[in-house]
Amino acid sequence: MSMQPLLDVEQLKTYFYLNQNQVAKAVDGISFSVFPGETVALVGESGSGKSITALSIMQLINKPGKIIEGSITMNNQELLKLKPKQMTSIRGNDIGMIFQEPMTALNPVFTIGNQITEIIRKHKKVNRRVAEIRAVSLLKVVGIPRPEEIMKEYPHQLSGGMRQRVMIAMAISCDPQLLIADEPTTALDVTIQAQILDLMVEMQEKFQMALLLITHDLGVVYEYTDRVMVMYGGQIVEQAPTKQLLKLTRHPYTQGLLASLPKIDEDVDRLGTIKGTVPPAYNFPIGCRFATRCPFVMDKCKESNPELKELDTGHFVRCYLYEDGGSTNDDD
Amino acid sequence: MYQYIIRRILVFIPMLLALSIIVFGLAKAAPGDPFTGKILDPNINPEVYEQQREALGLNKPVPIQYLNWAKEVAQGNFGESITFNGRSVQSLIKERILNTVYLGIVALGITLVVAIPIGIYSARKPYSLLDYGATTFGFAGLAIPNFFFGLVVIYLLSIKMGWFPAQGTLTSNDLSGFAEFKDRLHHMVLPGLTLGLASTASYMRYMRSEVLDVLGSDYIRTAKAKGMSDRNVLYKHTLRNAMIPIITLMGFEFGAILSGAIITEQVFNFPGLGTLFINAITNRDYPVVMAIALLLGVAILVGNLIADIFYSIVDPRIRYD
Repeated sequence: MSMQPLLDVEQLKTYFYLNQNQVAKAVDGISFSVFPGETVALVGESGSGKSITALSIMQLINKPGKIIEGSITMNNQELLKLKPKQMTSIRGNDIGMIFQEPMTALNPVFTIGNQITEIIRKHKKVNRRVAEIRAVSLLKVVGIPRPEEIMKEYPHQLSGGMRQRVMIAMAISCDPQLLIADEPTTALDVTIQAQILDLMVEMQEKFQMALLLITHDLGVVYEYTDRVMVMYGGQIVEQAPTKQLLKLTRHPYTQGLLASLPKIDEDVDRLGTIKGTVPPAYNFPIGCRFATRCPFVMDKCKESNPELKELDTGHFVRCYLYEDGGSTNDDD
Repeated sequence: MYQYIIRRILVFIPMLLALSIIVFGLAKAAPGDPFTGKILDPNINPEVYEQQREALGLNKPVPIQYLNWAKEVAQGNFGESITFNGRSVQSLIKERILNTVYLGIVALGITLVVAIPIGIYSARKPYSLLDYGATTFGFAGLAIPNFFFGLVVIYLLSIKMGWFPAQGTLTSNDLSGFAEFKDRLHHMVLPGLTLGLASTASYMRYMRSEVLDVLGSDYIRTAKAKGMSDRNVLYKHTLRNAMIPIITLMGFEFGAILSGAIITEQVFNFPGLGTLFINAITNRDYPVVMAIALLLGVAILVGNLIADIFYSIVDPRIRYD
């Protein structure tokens, strides 16, 4: 990966000011890059800050949330310094986004055609006719049958899977360089999930986009992504190429996540679990944020938060277990 | 859709029938008739009153009286007013109904023009100074009785400031064309404001909560993620959804404003249906009372139908079949 990153996030902090004495550090100093054409997964439990990271990139953080620090550059352009109006020509145009809930993500009172042509007309500056032709062909591309008729239909007339296809058509309609998908299949039937993911990867290859896939499903990560970032408590705790991460899982949290996956070739009575829950973002422990749930916790972990360190090329871990540089405790 | 409307209109028939029975029954249940309660001229033989009652059919059994009345009403004949000697009820109503309808339109206009922009602003800047101001005004507007607010605006804006006339509909009968229109409008500002006060307050609150609700919804986030401008997000995506319940309410408002006008017209001595209604009640002029009560009932039924039709137009998820 010696090429220029497409998206570069540096020390991003997005805090929510709940009241005078409570600040939720939803995203607390994360840095990562996404390279052109690459598929990157952002993994973590609910509340780990992965969706807020995505919304921060789009600058769609609502009050009382605020991006307080850091930099987000895309093609060497600093997005955080753009005026709100300039940002509207990035959103939907350079970065497309797909959300978790296809049932509510489309406006119920406008036709599908209206909602797709509106984004095409905004960014491509074309007239209605041209936008409609493009919209129909996009619907065809994402595998929607009888696209001309669907154009005239309303969201409530479509199934969840179809709506997510419409969302994908909308997100890729202006040839974005980056597609952010925030748990795009969580709300769908299992049978539809694979279809939608396959479609996204197909679109990604066809239109040569980078894909930032937010998920909590490590099976999906394994199958579809090049690189993984594991988030915990608003920070990245482990980051590695997907194959490397699964071969040599280092952070106890990632190990816990993997242990909770069912495996075809092993017969166990109970799947592994990680005890406890993610600490609330307004009340993180002083030391390592995973210390309260970590099976390998040491005294040191409760005193200070470890740094994210590169152990092998491209494999970063935030854990004191690897202080001395690379010894793993896969064996215990 | 057309089938639905026709079906709804057919349902009106039994409802109107029931309404007419109730109206008639209530009028009959009230004690007295036009010949009681007045200071009776001692020189007139009580038998003369009896003869009059007989001539007017007031001594027949109530169901017969109802049938007689209903037969006439079905033909559009509401009979003669008892107090306005010999004048037909229709002509009395015709003379005044437009005044009340115009007043209703002005009141609804004021309501919408004031309530919707303030409601939107309050929702976009919740807990701002203007939002608090609007909330305060909203509660006050709901709490202050119509007639009292009417008296206050008459005192302040008419007597003290002299900006608006306090009563009537026209300064002089010589006006015509645009001058007449302007003068009529000028006369309707204060009663319109008074009549629209309560609904302005409640529409404002509705609008605020609807817009707030919609602004927090997923599809607004989608619209923003598509790069739509703030204007587009607010005026297209948000308003279209936030207006759905408001438009529905407006249908109901149709009937409510006509009945609300009864008190307001009284305060402003406004020659509309309301004053006619009150006068008819105090004079026990039952033909007029019944006709107006029936008319209000029809207005409410039609208002509800309009609400339903609007609802299906603005919300594609609603289909009547």
